[in-house]
Amino acid sequence: MPEQFIWGMEVFLNGLMAGVLYALVALGFVLIFKASGIFNFAQGVLALFAALTLVGIMEGQVPFSHLINAVFGTDVHYFGWNVPALGAILLTMVVMVALAWAVNQFIFRHLVGQEPIILFMATIGLAYFLEGFGDMMWGSDIKKLDVGLPQGINSAIDEVTYNIFGYGFFIDNLDLWATLVAALLVIALVLFAQFSKHGRAMRAVADDHQAALSVGISLKFIWVMVWSLAGFVALVAGIMWGTKSGVQFSLSLIALKALPVLMLGGFTSIPGAIVGGLIIGVGEKLFEFLIGAPYLGGATEIWFAYVLALVFLVFRPQGLFGEKIIERV
Amino acid sequence: MFYREAGDFKTSYTDDSQTFPIKFDRYRYYVVLVLAFAVVPFVINDYWVNAVFLPFLIYSIAAIGLNILVGYCGQVSLGTGGFMAVGAYAVYKLMVAFPEVSIFFHVILAGGITAGVCVLFGLPSLRIKGFYLAVATLAAQFFLVWIFNRVGWFYNYSASGQINAPERTVFGVPVTGAETAPWAAYIFCLVFVVASAIIARNLTRGMAGRKWMAIRDMDIAAEIIGVNPLKAKLSAFAVSGFFVGLSGALFFAVYLGAVEVGEAFGINKSFLVLFMVIIGGLGSIFGSFAGAAFLVLLPVLLKNTLVGGLGWPTDLAAHLEFMIVGGLIIIFLIAEPHGLAQLWRVAKEKLRLWPFPH
Repeated sequence: MPEQFIWGMEVFLNGLMAGVLYALVALGFVLIFKASGIFNFAQGVLALFAALTLVGIMEGQVPFSHLINAVFGTDVHYFGWNVPALGAILLTMVVMVALAWAVNQFIFRHLVGQEPIILFMATIGLAYFLEGFGDMMWGSDIKKLDVGLPQGINSAIDEVTYNIFGYGFFIDNLDLWATLVAALLVIALVLFAQFSKHGRAMRAVADDHQAALSVGISLKFIWVMVWSLAGFVALVAGIMWGTKSGVQFSLSLIALKALPVLMLGGFTSIPGAIVGGLIIGVGEKLFEFLIGAPYLGGATEIWFAYVLALVFLVFRPQGLFGEKIIERV
Repeated sequence: MFYREAGDFKTSYTDDSQTFPIKFDRYRYYVVLVLAFAVVPFVINDYWVNAVFLPFLIYSIAAIGLNILVGYCGQVSLGTGGFMAVGAYAVYKLMVAFPEVSIFFHVILAGGITAGVCVLFGLPSLRIKGFYLAVATLAAQFFLVWIFNRVGWFYNYSASGQINAPERTVFGVPVTGAETAPWAAYIFCLVFVVASAIIARNLTRGMAGRKWMAIRDMDIAAEIIGVNPLKAKLSAFAVSGFFVGLSGALFFAVYLGAVEVGEAFGINKSFLVLFMVIIGGLGSIFGSFAGAAFLVLLPVLLKNTLVGGLGWPTDLAAHLEFMIVGGLIIIFLIAEPHGLAQLWRVAKEKLRLWPFPH
């Protein structure tokens, strides 16, 4: 078998797993969009904020220590304790739920019935606010996140592929875990949305706000719940990406990567987010490997996803699995 | 007391349809122009020009351009940074290739080239709308920045990958390069700002502007009453691209002088200009100026009070700036979706009757 083909296969597998991580972020978008019609640009910053909070709690950092020190002239940084990963994750979840409540209470409750594009811009404002808030709360230096997930090359796959092809594939353990977690999360979310009481209520709200209200569903509760769920998905995504490349500002940019995923898969479809993520992940890695690096000078991953989505949308404006767009005067 | 229309009789259609129908407003406009052209150049120094006036003027043009696209035609664009980069690199290539031609024409040509690129990326707007289009314009942002980074021809294969503005003069006075006097740079930009504002104002209240607004309010309905969506949308992209290209060219040639594309024209620039348009007021030329002034002055003020006055570290002030800008966006969208321009309109209404409101 030619070497090029085997390397291509390795790239394909890695792309598949990168795609799962994109899908994970895209899921958060889909959840909020389905339930409230808000296109949440702040999803990436939510992931960054969740990861920052998780690291901060684990290391026992004093929140706002920077600000406190600047205002009062003190010098506090750490409480001096370390919280185990599981406890810190639970505490972070509490923070994310509180954040969900605050976002709903102070922002989107006042914007009910506004045009979608206004809501979209409000989430850009929220993204900026959260970015500054997270940095102010926990500091803006790059942090290491380690919740005990295995990292490094997976030796089993390396050995098996070496025996078959004579060339060991490099597959990161973390990517394997991320794939597993993402798959579980998707199954759990689908089950929740299809069969639980609150999941049904969520779908009802997505279908028609007023009809949902008239049968006694609390819009406020559903929205807080949806934002909390999005916060949870953001936390999972934050853990995965944070472990992979450190908790830093660039984490919030993964949201930008998730956007073409959404466009490809359709804004309203959970399976669409998964399939879109896989296509984008594989597509950009293969394009870089086959065309980008040899002929175009590399780093095509920055724009490939967008251009792919753009070209795709021209032919199918609602995405792969999106609901058909019907327009009336 | 102010802004009274009483006694100001209109005897012709031209009088009736002028930009400032109220006498007081008209005179205020003339006063501002005289101040800007005849007083400010004599009193400003280097700090004021570089920290406040140049960014304000240049961002005003960008905001006018984006406002035409987003505020008047309803096509949300997140590619402003990329289009500004097109203007910057176009003017660079022109300046280097034709040193004997006045830079004045280079800047205008750069605007034209940007308009062309903008139309190209605006083509999908005929098929896709709303968020989908907003995300699609991100493709322009990332693709353009990448291509300026990778293709050596654009930066003349310089080792650093940067582009540097050579010295060019207008009527013998240098306006780019290290020798530029503050007032010369200021006047050069001011001419473009005033011209852009007048052109934009007249376009938006004429037939083109009405077509754009019809498309914005409901494109299918607009199509049915006879507005050609292809022409209307693409003309909005072209005009918007022209202004954004102008501002990108000035931003590089006059203001910064040397540019690294990812840093100067990254995605943050797109958001900054979009925020100016939202805070200033969607669908208002005055709002573009107000928003640009606000977001240029805010960081300067914050820096001076927090870092200079209270002695805070700079990174803390930067974080606070993020929070304030984000918070303001949300507050404006909730309280006053039409931005500072609407506040100004309300203030004018109040001033008409002040101090006897009944």
